[in-house]
This record gives sequence, structure tokens and C-alpha cells, in this order.
Amino acid sequence: MGVAITVILGLAGLFAIAAAGRFAARSTLRGAARRAVNDMPLTAAFGILVIVIYAVVALTAPVLAPFPEREIVGTQFEAWGAEHWLGTDRIGRDMLSRLIYGARNTVGIAFATTALAFVVGSILGIWAALTGGWLDQILSRFVDALMAIPALIFSLLLLTIFGTSVLSLILVIAAVDATRVFRLARAVAQGIVVMDYIEAAKLRGERSWFLIRREILPNAVAPLVAEFGLRFCFVFLAISSLSFLGLGIKPPTADWGSMVRENATLITFGDVTPLLPAGCIALLTVAVNFVVDWQLYRASGLKE
Amino acid sequence: MSTVIRMIVTRIALGVGLLFIVSLVIFWATELLPGDLATQLLGQAATPETVAALRAQLGLNDPAPVRYWAWLTGALTGDFGVSLANNRPIAELIGARLGNTVFLALYAAAMSVPIALTLGILSALWRNSPFDRVANAGALSAISFPEFFVAYILVLWLAQTGIFPSMVRITPSTDFGDRVYMTFLPALTLTLVVTAHMMRMTRAAIINLMASPYIEMARLKGLSPLRIVLRHALPNALAPIINVIALNLAYLITGVVVVEVVFVYPGLGQLMVDAVSNRDIAVVQAVALIFAAAYVGLNLIADVLSTITNPRLMHRR
Repeated sequence: MGVAITVILGLAGLFAIAAAGRFAARSTLRGAARRAVNDMPLTAAFGILVIVIYAVVALTAPVLAPFPEREIVGTQFEAWGAEHWLGTDRIGRDMLSRLIYGARNTVGIAFATTALAFVVGSILGIWAALTGGWLDQILSRFVDALMAIPALIFSLLLLTIFGTSVLSLILVIAAVDATRVFRLARAVAQGIVVMDYIEAAKLRGERSWFLIRREILPNAVAPLVAEFGLRFCFVFLAISSLSFLGLGIKPPTADWGSMVRENATLITFGDVTPLLPAGCIALLTVAVNFVVDWQLYRASGLKE
Repeated sequence: MSTVIRMIVTRIALGVGLLFIVSLVIFWATELLPGDLATQLLGQAATPETVAALRAQLGLNDPAPVRYWAWLTGALTGDFGVSLANNRPIAELIGARLGNTVFLALYAAAMSVPIALTLGILSALWRNSPFDRVANAGALSAISFPEFFVAYILVLWLAQTGIFPSMVRITPSTDFGDRVYMTFLPALTLTLVVTAHMMRMTRAAIINLMASPYIEMARLKGLSPLRIVLRHALPNALAPIINVIALNLAYLITGVVVVEVVFVYPGLGQLMVDAVSNRDIAVVQAVALIFAAAYVGLNLIADVLSTITNPRLMHRR
């Protein structure tokens, strides 16, 4: 019960800081930024605060962590105490340090994967919409066929073939998610390529790459950014799930998914320590979702 | 009536075509390997003789289309070949596990669909009320949680106190009541994960309709809000709701993978995860084909049902 109360108090504290931050931003900012902050709901402020905290922890992990990531510094499964705040894991590594390094490894890998999926998926999607004809048909039907297989099952199939390493994990998940990004980017770009200014640019003799970069992308950025947030959540959850299944990021690298699996035996003894990395995953996904919700509302709700 | 039958037949034909393409993709994936399956399985140190022997055993000397045809016709008659890891027939490995997985998915569906529909309708009815806000925030968090987090919280909360078992030991002799009791925690985990999504979509579909003129008319003539929702809005919202239910059932079929591992449930998901870590490609292909077939099949059913519930699509002029 004590843990539940601590968690609730911690979340309430974060909300309070977020509210204070929003108030400070409202009184200092001017112009467009001020307008954006003005209609920001408290949940979005909370989300931004959590994302900032994660980013700071990930960047300063070696400074924050009291012990090295991979070193065995105690006996196995030590309880929470003064030296090891959150105890130690299955082979005696410091839990808190591994949690901190996990922010760098898990979130970093998920971010890189999402970015890769986005670059590939959106460029191909926009290119297909711009070119049209047989190229569009081939790419779209190919993506349709790939999307008929459930994402997790397809990733498992590809991981069997390419083996389970961090690099193949990134490439496989990025490939699977790029199909979803392709769909959205193509749909968005199809609305843009019929515009007169694209026609004008084509008549000026601009090349495809210029059209994509300077004419279409700037106009497609708003829906793509919201999708990036959602995609990141899916990728993050997929990578954590695969790591949890022992098929993703492998020990000794500190990763939240595999940390849960490694120490899961403690749960049956009523110890919540193994749930902490899972909680870290959940908190970040909720935070990103809150921010995306606000962005989607801003994109659609302003017209109301 | 004949248009309905023609429509259903066309859809089924399209579904079969899609399945054929999916099977091609699943098969073709192994052709992506640098070298071939035999060299990949045996590694760098293997002698040319052992590689040649394994290649002959796997039938890799035949051209790819021949192997694909043999694999596909085998799969259609329930013969998936033998496992690369232990040489047992895959059909035997899958047998009971398929039943277990279907049981788990149906169990979760039986719990989640009524709950999701009720919650969705109620939160549409009491829009922007505290109930609606709490239900929505809860749903958003449930979508954001990794499945194993939900599962372990339930273990910590319900299995710790000894009410429900945290591991599932099912044998063919287990009777139905015991099965329902032992599978409760995995089913509840899946329910929590999919209910959120279904509820949000139900709510959105009904709220969307509530803005239309005929609902305003119903309200003006003094009908009760519950009657408006159930009698006037719900029948028109059926198509999107059926779609969401089918999508989530399809999700259940694949979502079982993580949950099965947490609860050591003897199902297809666990088999697949083991096969992936052993790089037992034959088993992975077989299970992937089954999962993909279920996924395509459910989407097909949703497509047909949502057309049947929509008179405008049925009697298209």
C-alpha cells in the first residue's frame, strides 16, 4: 500500500510542478508561443514536463547514476536500503543505476527506430503520391500486403530470419512501422499534390526532390508530427514487449523491458521492484499521448 | 437477397486472394537470407558436407516456387512439415495449443465486448460528465500501458492474495470450470487492454451521430436520452462498432503472445516466441500463417457484417 501512496503523491507532485510551469510560461511568454500555452490543458503540461525529465535523465545518465550500468556491486536481490536505494537485481547490479541507464538505452533506441521509420515511410509515401501511376500502385499494393500481417507477428517472423540483435531489432521495427507511416504520408500528400502551387513549381521545372522538400513537406508537417508522437508510443511499446520476450535488447545492456523479465520472480513474493521499469515505460507513453492529444485538438479544435 | 450473396462471395474471394499474397510474403521472407537457410542455421564453421546434407533434408535444392507450392498445399491439409529444432511434426506441436489460444481469446472477448459497449454508450450519454472524464482518462492510460505491466499489476494484486493462480497449468483433462478459473487473470489482462480502445471508438461513433438532425428531432419530441441512444443512434453506429470489435478480436489473437509468456500459458504465442529464439523458421512460418489467417478472416467478417447492418450499402442505387 505504501508504494501506491508514494506513486500517487509523486504524480500529484508532477502535476503541481506542471501547473506552476504553465503559470510561469503564461506570465513571461509573448505572441504565438503565449497563445499556444494559453489553451494548453494541464495534462499536456504534465506530459511535456515528464518528457523533459526523461530527456534530461537520458542525457546525464552517467552523472546521475550512483553505480556503473553493468557492474555487479552487491549480492543478488538486495532489499531497498541506504546504499542501493532500489535494491539490486538478479545478479547484484544496482537497480536505480540500471533504471537511469535504461532511459538512455530504451528510449534512445525507440527514438532512433521511429525516426528511421519516419524518414523512409514519409519520403516513399510522398514520392508515391507525387509520381502516381505504376510506381504508386506497386508501392501501395506492396504496403497493403505487408499490412495484412499483424505487426507483432511480422516483426517476430523477420527477427527469426535476421537474428535477434539491437541492429536487426531497429531495422525490423522501423520497416514494419514505415508501412503505417507510408499510408498516412501518402494520404496527406495526395491532398497537397493537386494544389496549384505544386503545378506551378512543376511548370518551373523543379525536380521531385525539391518538390518533396520545399513544397510538400512543409505543408504536411502538422499531421506528421502528431503521427510521430503516436508512432513513437507504438514503437516504444513494441520494443519493450520484444525485449521483455527476450528477443530485443539483451542484457547486460540496461533495458526496461528485459529488466522486468529478469526480475519477475520477485513479483510473486509481493515485491514491486520489477514493476518500476514497466512503470517508467507506462509513464512516458501516457505523457506522449497527452501531448499528442493536445496537438490533435489544436489542429482540429481551433476551427470550432 | 442475391446482391447480399454476391457481395459476400466477392468479399470472400478477395479475402482468399489476400491470404494467398500473405502466404507468399511469409514464405518469401526466408528467401531474403544471405546465403540460404542451411548455411544460416549451421553458421560459419559448418563443413560443406553438413550444409549439403541439411539442404537436402530441408528440400532446399528445389527451386523456390516448387518449395512454396509444397509448403502451401501441405499447410492447407494441416501438414506444416517438421520443426527444425526437434524434428517433431509441427501439426503435433500446434494441435492443443491452438485450442488453448482460441479459448483465451474468446474468453477475453466475452468479457471485454459487453463491458466496452456499456461503458462507451454510458460515456456518450453522459458526455463531459465526471464519469466520462474518468472513463476516458482510464482508457487512455490502459492503451498506453505495456501488456506485461497490466499483467504483473494484476498478479501482484490478485494472485498475491491467493484468489487466482498466477500460472496456468492446463492439461487435456482439465474441466471447463477449472479452465475458466485458471485462465481468469490472462483473460482479464487482455480484457483491460482491448476494452479501452473499443470503448473510445463506441463513444466516438455515437457522439458523432448525436449531432445529426434526426437525433435532434427525437430529442425535441421528448424521448428519453437512453431511448434516443439505444433506439435511434446505436443502430446507425453499428457498422463502425462492429469494425472496431473485429479489429480488437484480431488484436486479441496476436496480443496473446506477451500475455501467454507472462502467465506461462500453453498457447500458440508461447510456441512462437520459443521458436523465434531458437530460430526455428518452419514453426514461426506455420504460426505466423495461422495468426495472419485469423486476422484476415476477422477483418473479412467485419467487412461483411458492417455492410449488412447498413441499408444504404445494401441497397445501393
